[in-house]
Amino acid sequence: MIAIIDYGAGNIFSVKNALDYLGLESRLVSDKESVKAADAVILPGVGAFPAAMRKLEATGLVDTIKEEAARKPFLGICLGMQLIFDKGYEFEECDGLGLIGGSVRKMEEPELIIPHMGWNKLEKLNDCPLLENVGDNEYVYFVHSYKAHCEDRDIAAYVEYGGRVPALVYDGKYVYGAQFHPEKSGETGLKILRSFGGLIK
Amino acid sequence: MLAKRIIPCLDVRNGKVVKGVNFEGVRDVGDPVECAEEYNKQGADEIVFYDITASFEGRGVFLDVVRDTAKKVFVPLTVGGGIKTVDDIREALRAGADKVSVNSQAVQNPQLIKDGADIFGSQCICVGIDAKKIADNKWTVYINGGRKDMGIDLIDWVHTIEKLGAGEICLNSIDADGTKEGFDIPMLKAVCDNCSIPVIASGGAGKINDFYEVFEKTGATAALAASLFHFKELTVGEVKDYCRGKGVIVR
Repeated sequence: MIAIIDYGAGNIFSVKNALDYLGLESRLVSDKESVKAADAVILPGVGAFPAAMRKLEATGLVDTIKEEAARKPFLGICLGMQLIFDKGYEFEECDGLGLIGGSVRKMEEPELIIPHMGWNKLEKLNDCPLLENVGDNEYVYFVHSYKAHCEDRDIAAYVEYGGRVPALVYDGKYVYGAQFHPEKSGETGLKILRSFGGLIK
Repeated sequence: MLAKRIIPCLDVRNGKVVKGVNFEGVRDVGDPVECAEEYNKQGADEIVFYDITASFEGRGVFLDVVRDTAKKVFVPLTVGGGIKTVDDIREALRAGADKVSVNSQAVQNPQLIKDGADIFGSQCICVGIDAKKIADNKWTVYINGGRKDMGIDLIDWVHTIEKLGAGEICLNSIDADGTKEGFDIPMLKAVCDNCSIPVIASGGAGKINDFYEVFEKTGATAALAASLFHFKELTVGEVKDYCRGKGVIVR
């Protein structure tokens, strides 16, 4: 069972719909026991970094997430991906979950249309189990105004938008983060979610 | 690189797709969930559902359409029409929409844009604008499906909504809409040059080259059409193949 963390930030139903469509069992959860009992965890989210972090803290799940992400597949999506990093700078400095080193900052290149909204082509950088079935000319759907700054070794794939934008990050063990919305990225997104489901032992 | 988006729009009334010309002469053209699935197969980058129902019962049926589609079609879905309050936005998002498009209501109550952006994020607030030319390089904003001139300068309105937190603009030209003579290039260029959020071109698409032209000549990041795709004069795939052949980046 995949636990989709429901902490009041974003359209969790889309993630659930996609997993249902793929035949992957999932539940919307907001308590520690369910997260601990799950085979894998998805942290979705849209909105602002500090507000989401505060909501997550209010559920009392922060420590549980940190513990479970060290021993079972964990996927952060969009804002959920940004929360994986050490710090966010959306309106104010705010601690993240610190699962992967790095920070999240506003995309500020001049002449750039913000938000980065639409389909962009994944450029693979490092091996990642979620990209095994993804080819060299596949697009995924983004909508965000802040981006991650992290080490190249943690970037599985990036896209070009006023420079490199980390699209899929992976710590080499259990932690994955997708800046794009796999649940809204057509066949490519479904392949990535199917691969994530396939990580469950 | 970011791809230019091709977006089919489905006008829905009482659970059926309908299509009118110049906001008049509406007729039924099919089941919206099936249409959305077909567009998805063709490679649509997003799908817009526009509710032209006037009744409370119709609204329920409309949201069921969105709900059913969201279980089968995994590309972004936008809901327009009938969004008057923050609760309407919430209801649409809960039904599976990723964005809402607000138009007349936003002109009459601009706070709706700010409240929606603050609560749900700018990314899900698309502001639809119907505008009409009044002089060279000058347009005013209309409401109620293009029937009422609000006397608001288009560019002023664009600045206003951007400040309020709109995440995207869907710009419809009343002059071009239904003519099939191409998108309103001067109007789109004026808006794209005066804002830094994404702009969807709407109204006037009649032939395949119109899509290439709008991407070539304006900063629009997406192009929307309804009847052209409904009546199968062109498929989304044909439009994308054509644009790709001309060097436009499409998915």
